[in-house]
Amino acid sequence: MITLNHYLAVGGLLFCIGLFGALAKRNAIAVLMGIELMLNAVNINLVAFNHFLAPDQVTGQIFAIFVIVVAAAEVAVGLALVLNIYRRRLDSNIDDLDWLKW
Amino acid sequence: MANWHLLTVEILTAALGLGLLALGLLVPHSDRRGIAYVATAGLAGILAVAIGMREASGVVLGGYVIDPFGTYFKILFLVAAMLTAVCSYDYVEKMGLNQAEYYALLILATLGMMILASSGELVSLYTGLELMTITFCILAAYHLGDAKSAEAGIKYLLLGAMSSAIFLYGLSLVYGSSGTTVIREIGQQVATRGASPALLLGTIFILAGFAFKVTAVPFHMWSPDVYEGAPTPVTGFLSVASKAAAFAALVRVFFGALPDLHNFWVQLFIALAVLTIVLGNLVAIPQTNIKRLLAYSSIAQAGYLLLGIVSFSVLGVGAVAYYAMLYVFGNMGAFMAATAFYNNDGSDEIKDYAGLARRSPLVAALMLFSLLSLAGIPPMAGFVGKFYLFMSIISRQYIWLAILGILMSMVSVYYYLLVAKAMYLGNPPEGSKPLQVAPGLQVAMVVSLLILFILGIYPTPLTNYAMNSAVTFFMP
Repeated sequence: MITLNHYLAVGGLLFCIGLFGALAKRNAIAVLMGIELMLNAVNINLVAFNHFLAPDQVTGQIFAIFVIVVAAAEVAVGLALVLNIYRRRLDSNIDDLDWLKW
Repeated sequence: MANWHLLTVEILTAALGLGLLALGLLVPHSDRRGIAYVATAGLAGILAVAIGMREASGVVLGGYVIDPFGTYFKILFLVAAMLTAVCSYDYVEKMGLNQAEYYALLILATLGMMILASSGELVSLYTGLELMTITFCILAAYHLGDAKSAEAGIKYLLLGAMSSAIFLYGLSLVYGSSGTTVIREIGQQVATRGASPALLLGTIFILAGFAFKVTAVPFHMWSPDVYEGAPTPVTGFLSVASKAAAFAALVRVFFGALPDLHNFWVQLFIALAVLTIVLGNLVAIPQTNIKRLLAYSSIAQAGYLLLGIVSFSVLGVGAVAYYAMLYVFGNMGAFMAATAFYNNDGSDEIKDYAGLARRSPLVAALMLFSLLSLAGIPPMAGFVGKFYLFMSIISRQYIWLAILGILMSMVSVYYYLLVAKAMYLGNPPEGSKPLQVAPGLQVAMVVSLLILFILGIYPTPLTNYAMNSAVTFFMP
């Protein structure tokens, strides 16, 4: 029997993997992918809470859809900015973003 | 029947932003400057509507709260957006890009802040937050010819997205432990069910997300870089309006949904406030770039604002609202002066400000008095604001915190006066000319200088409004 706790464990694990990826990866696109994992962990949480705690309402699912849409917008802007930097420096390694003191 | 008329300000702002995007495609290239004037006039009109609605209150669609507190902050955002727009005329023209998009983004960022300040529900709160953050990423990277600007944009985006993912995880935990996303209902659920580990964890995550947006130490690392790289008017807007919006939402969430955990989160806020005030002020001292100096000074200012949250009282929230408003004029004043200087000399280094008083008395005076207001020297407005903030924590018996704040304000006078020393005692470089400042920007400078004095000498009407707007959070 799969309970709420199983879903939350998957969500928490995914969140930690995403956070690790976002902090440890040196490529801007990989960092964005890590952030996407974190957002998907949130979606798992939201849908699981919705299903187990308040199945008669769909607030959690609606929230998850909003998160997906906003994440897409964020990635669109993020990739545009990475492209902009890449065209100038032929590089998307965030360690090289040192023109401003980090 | 929903009461849509309460949303007038938001609807007008959205229409203005989208209208400007369309207008940008229709207007020929040679007349693009007109768009800037349309944007400013539109914002002024919306400001008038918002001031007319200052006493309105009600709930739209069950989750969007219109009250004097939210409207106070909307007025603040509109004022800041207007000053930014006026400040941007020459700057954007110099970048040589499509101006309509710049002003449209500015206005959509303002819309995001309004939603953030007014939402009584977590989904719309998150949407408003992201609308603000994503538009600011684009604005920070708007100077395509400048590599520093692009770098500022990507840094803000990566760190902002990471912080909002953490914030969102916190929201999901709070939703899970209360079963609802409406802030008022969360408050009731927390009162009946009490604290659970998931709820406390969620509170900490939400706190981290807000601390990032208000640049509280240790979540401040992005701000000096982004402030330095972004176009100067955008930096001004980012430092005042996005911070004020985050504070408004923070007050709504923590005072509306989690007042019963007050004993728990107030400890975290005290730690944040102490770190922010001390570190912001001390690291500002060795800065040589005016935008980095203002970045650290605005970190310190966020620390003072956190004191108002720590006090958890009407006086504290009112003081936060009042201080946020005069912070707009103080900080935007300093950034207007920096923009005017950059437009002429193309530099942000403090050593280049030498002898500025002889080249442009107005710009130097604006910079001086804005900095004095930020330092809290009477009779400037900043003094009254800090007075209320310190009063609010003293009334809660945090005397040591008030003493720390006052000591650190004295430290801040030192680095603010270093700028003044360069401007007034230094000699202008050989062959330097008087500064050329556009008439519109001059008017904005004089107005903001006057308001800094008026709010300092006769603050009563605004403080009354701020205090009355704060009462909503402490009604049973």
